[in-house]
Amino acid sequence: MEAMIRVSDVSKSFVLHNQGGAVIPVMAGAALSVRRGECVALVGDSGAGKSTLMRMLYGNYLADGGRILVGDVEVSGAEPREILAMRREVLGYVSQFLRVVPRVPTLEVVAEPVRAAGGSREAGEARARDLLARLNVPERLWALSPTTFSGGEQQRVNIARGFAHDFPAMLLDEPTASLDATNRAVVLGLIEEAKARGAAIVGIFHDAEARAQVCDREIDVSRFTPERAA
Amino acid sequence: MTPLLQVRDLTKRYGARLGCGDVSFDLYPGEVMGIVGESGSGKSTLLNCLAGHLAPDEGQVIFDTRGDGPVDTLTMSEPARRMLGRTDWAFVHQNARDGLRMGVSAGANVGERLMAVGARHYGDIRAQAVDWLGRVEIAEDRVDDRPRAFSGGMQQRLQIARNLVTGPRLVFMDEPTGGLDVSVQARLLDLLRGLVREMGLSAIIVTHDLAVVRLLADRLMVMKSGAVVETGLTDQVLDDPQHGYTQLLVSSVLQV
Repeated sequence: MEAMIRVSDVSKSFVLHNQGGAVIPVMAGAALSVRRGECVALVGDSGAGKSTLMRMLYGNYLADGGRILVGDVEVSGAEPREILAMRREVLGYVSQFLRVVPRVPTLEVVAEPVRAAGGSREAGEARARDLLARLNVPERLWALSPTTFSGGEQQRVNIARGFAHDFPAMLLDEPTASLDATNRAVVLGLIEEAKARGAAIVGIFHDAEARAQVCDREIDVSRFTPERAA
Repeated sequence: MTPLLQVRDLTKRYGARLGCGDVSFDLYPGEVMGIVGESGSGKSTLLNCLAGHLAPDEGQVIFDTRGDGPVDTLTMSEPARRMLGRTDWAFVHQNARDGLRMGVSAGANVGERLMAVGARHYGDIRAQAVDWLGRVEIAEDRVDDRPRAFSGGMQQRLQIARNLVTGPRLVFMDEPTGGLDVSVQARLLDLLRGLVREMGLSAIIVTHDLAVVRLLADRLMVMKSGAVVETGLTDQVLDDPQHGYTQLLVSSVLQV
């Protein structure tokens, strides 16, 4: 079966122009591929480059060399509008932090990806209601902006938003961190449903049990750390 | 897809000094582009050249007009360019007083734009003005007040209503949230984001506020000393800046 996400020979360094032009190589020879319906965990110590690799997949960091393909979009070298179209339709991302325009009600925040992908207001709201209820976000909060919510509530809103549109590929950055057992189970259920409908998933999970439950494979990114490769 | 705006090698000099040099980019329908840089970097000069308020020394600003397709607006006749300024283009000034008629009522400020494109029925004009004032959260009972009696945030919202009432396709904004306190800024951001989404607007926003561009702009252009030093997807430029100046700009933001 054709891979949905393909990474080959990707390298990355940071050049700090205002600190004497220091060059910090962080990745070399990164390679991975993820098929539809598969969940791959990125593992490695802090600083090994898990988040860096994920951010390059999302087009948030620029890769210096190599190739990144998500569906038929070549992320490395894509125009901004191609990346934006990919983020609307193909690749979802559940980050660790919620970033929203102040004052926008939670229901709209969660419905947004459905509308961005071309869904109706009604379809977006229905999906948002369903997800917020499943993630146990109290209904009395739905009309309020999530900017004032507790950390755990914000994270659940973030997860609801990430799963609102049925993306064919997804990136999950610690989706179960700081959740209680009930909500953790809900999130793992959402991940399993996404896999069942054929989504290709790349995730970072510090929660080893969660990883064992939903991930099919692990990729140790410290293999791609330049010092060790050299 | 045809770009809505194609800018080619745009250069403006003030005597021996460079205002902005060799700027080129394409803006597609529905895209919001932010232009950031410190004071004096040439971002307002560029915006004014694009909008036809300043005559550049070299270059082309090609707009995809409704009637005739892509046309270089710099070689267009003056009446044709003025017509564009009243219909498909809008310009939101940093200082609302520059974009409003302070001596006439709020309703008239909005209605005037409609009359400029041929509306004549008083009842329709007033109804549309009230509708637009509502969209920017100005109560109907303030429609006959003059902008002088409005707060800074209200004046800015009125300016936006006046600009968007004719359904433009391209909006130029010069520091639209500058000089407003943060709670008013948030309200304006929410409003602008909603309007851009609903009306499918394209916009070019000049600002020095990186938080504003992160929330509003799809793409970013970073300027320094009149030249574009970096372009790209907004979050990519802010999170993984490549140019030394952009790195300085991003790392200089104070965290709250």
